[in-house]
Amino acid sequence: MSNKRMALIASKGTLDWGYPPLILASTAAALDYEVQIFYTFYGLNLLRKDLNLKVSPLGNPGMPMKMPFGPDWFKGINWNIPNLIQAGIPGFESLATVLMKQTIRNKGVASIAELRSLCLEAEVKMIACQMTVDLFGMKTSDFIDGIDYAGAAAFLEFAGDSDICLFI
Amino acid sequence: MADKELDARGLNCPLPILRAKKALGELSSGQTLKIIATDPGSVKDFQAFAKQTGNTLMESGEGNGEFTFLLKKA
Repeated sequence: MSNKRMALIASKGTLDWGYPPLILASTAAALDYEVQIFYTFYGLNLLRKDLNLKVSPLGNPGMPMKMPFGPDWFKGINWNIPNLIQAGIPGFESLATVLMKQTIRNKGVASIAELRSLCLEAEVKMIACQMTVDLFGMKTSDFIDGIDYAGAAAFLEFAGDSDICLFI
Repeated sequence: MADKELDARGLNCPLPILRAKKALGELSSGQTLKIIATDPGSVKDFQAFAKQTGNTLMESGEGNGEFTFLLKKA
């Protein structure tokens, strides 16, 4: 029905920041939008075959630290651990990642991999920033198939005619 | 009685919408899809989904922590 278009730039490659572009893209596709996502800089992590995304509480002061197990009163506690202490504990980010992944599963929220495959199924066009690939010496064999490699001009061509355009 | 039923209980945004879209794809025009969800956000979302896709939201109900929707395919 709608012939609307949405253009997204996905610039972040952490577990938490991977969600907004993929949720919006899959939903827009379900609403019959034509969708393109341009993955640049760390956003390219979202295109890896081996999705090994992490979340960091460092520099992320709004992130709650909650335990995904135990009785409700325990799960409700927001562990207020100062950044300075988090930074000093080896493996803290891995722990935070494990906890967040468990919380995601507990709450019936889709995984990044699931949302990505739903996007691909719905023909969301995925474009990897060629410049970033070169800049960081990434290998195209590390990325999923069916994506394009292009630059700013290609994004702007689509974005220029879009109804929604977001930088995430 | 709906032509098809979708159990979206326990699923969170945007999965109920995505599953509904897929289920509607398997129906013909005029057929109906009943969706049962537990995500409170799905109430507004299914209204918006219907408005934007042209499918009709014929019924919307709530009870026992569950939300039910009846969509008629355009």
